Amino acid sequence: MTVALKGEDVAKKLGEVFPGAVVASDKVAIVVDSQSLYKVAEYLKNTAGFEFDYLANLAAVDYVDYFEVVYHLTSLKNNHSLVLKTRCYGREKLIVPSVYSLWRTADYQEREAFDLMGITFTGHPNLKRLFLWEGFEGHPLRRDYL
Amino acid sequence: MAIKTEPFILNMGPQHPSTHGVFRMRVTLDGEVIVGLEPIIGYLHRGIEKLAEGRTYIQNMPFTDRLDYVTSMTNNLAYAMAVEKLAGIKVPERAEYFRVVIAEMMRISSHLMGVGFFLNDLGAMMTPVLYMWREREKVVDLFEMLCGQRLTYNYMRFGGVSQDVPEEFWPALKRFVAEMPKFIDEYEQLLSLNEILLARTKGVGILPSDMAVNIGASGPVLRASGVKWDLRRADPYSIYDRFDFDVPVGSVGDCYDRYMVKIEEMRQSVRILEQAIAQFPAKGELCANVPLLLRPPVGEVYGRIEAPKGELGFYLVSDNSIAPYRFHVRTPELINLTALREMTIGWKVADLIIIFGSIDICMGEIDR
Repeated sequence: MTVALKGEDVAKKLGEVFPGAVVASDKVAIVVDSQSLYKVAEYLKNTAGFEFDYLANLAAVDYVDYFEVVYHLTSLKNNHSLVLKTRCYGREKLIVPSVYSLWRTADYQEREAFDLMGITFTGHPNLKRLFLWEGFEGHPLRRDYL
Repeated sequence: MAIKTEPFILNMGPQHPSTHGVFRMRVTLDGEVIVGLEPIIGYLHRGIEKLAEGRTYIQNMPFTDRLDYVTSMTNNLAYAMAVEKLAGIKVPERAEYFRVVIAEMMRISSHLMGVGFFLNDLGAMMTPVLYMWREREKVVDLFEMLCGQRLTYNYMRFGGVSQDVPEEFWPALKRFVAEMPKFIDEYEQLLSLNEILLARTKGVGILPSDMAVNIGASGPVLRASGVKWDLRRADPYSIYDRFDFDVPVGSVGDCYDRYMVKIEEMRQSVRILEQAIAQFPAKGELCANVPLLLRPPVGEVYGRIEAPKGELGFYLVSDNSIAPYRFHVRTPELINLTALREMTIGWKVADLIIIFGSIDICMGEIDR
């Protein structure tokens, strides 16, 4: 069985290494500050005991007050999983660091989130619309797009 | 005197017989050798994720049929299981057996299509496909007995399955399971040591195991690269822990390994089917009692299963209303394509078609 790591436990460990990076945590997920997302992701990928070598899923959600980017991480080696989240506030200029250089899986999925939600992933080498055409106006998966 | 040359840009697709749908690749060529490739997708984008936010949970079930339309049943299953996890619904045992039987039949059917069209891309025009179609037809006939449909089944329900099978289903299924190993032997006899197939697929389009994990490949593409990761074993869902089966893996991750893994997986699926039929409960409920207008509690879930083509996940967010707040599908085929560029660079145009075919894709799922 894949063991789902408890968000609180991981948050405690991360708090020692990156003070202030984790802004919230519950049973399933941890939420990190978007500024420190890349550092935390890199740590989770390369540290013994975590070794999240597989990014299963990346999705963005529009909660109106803020946008949330959700990373479902899995470690094939240790067979455990974790939900990592980050938030960005406002409706314009949403910036999240790209994890492309850690997990290539993010290639299409970040482009998808850029296309349909309008989140900019800094550091992505080819951030273009994925499904819709160049010049399309708006981001259809936002709650205010009707 | 050197002749001045420049790279040639070839637009392959969107309408091209080898792209299995509407997929476009912008290929940069040096003579016949590929030096650059950019996939351009979205020609079949229907906005299923947006549409789903305006419909009730059960109304979204038919949408999942239309993701990868050759594996409709497993798409139904993945969605139903994600919603069950979100709402805390328990599935009766008999329904679980139904689900396993159906999922494995779907896997055989999907791999038959995958292998058949892979050979089609290789140049064996239509003959292998007709052999594969012979058996796929039997699976489709069985599904037609189940739900009256041949392509988009809409059979699963939250908490079980929609209806019981007619009497004639069981003898037909048993016959199919008994005959299938011989048919797989027949394919192998015709294909696996075929000189043309070996020459054109061995060592072609290698995906190394570390890259396969890094790009998030899953299913036969990941296993062909030598990574033993199958969610039915690694994270057993439903009742898969009750069956005895092996997880076939490849050694180098070339097109031949991807072909061979699919053939072996069909054999393992037959093994699971045999065991599931032997253990099948004669009586029992088919579906838990679930309200038609389901309102799952506030929360979110990521439910994933091992679909024929890899990890199919549904990320659902509920705000306790009758429609999902967010409906995201993690499709294996889109992500398996991530390394297409690296796999094809240095090969010829004719190899590109084989490499692309060996990944086994269906545009309905990539574009959503």
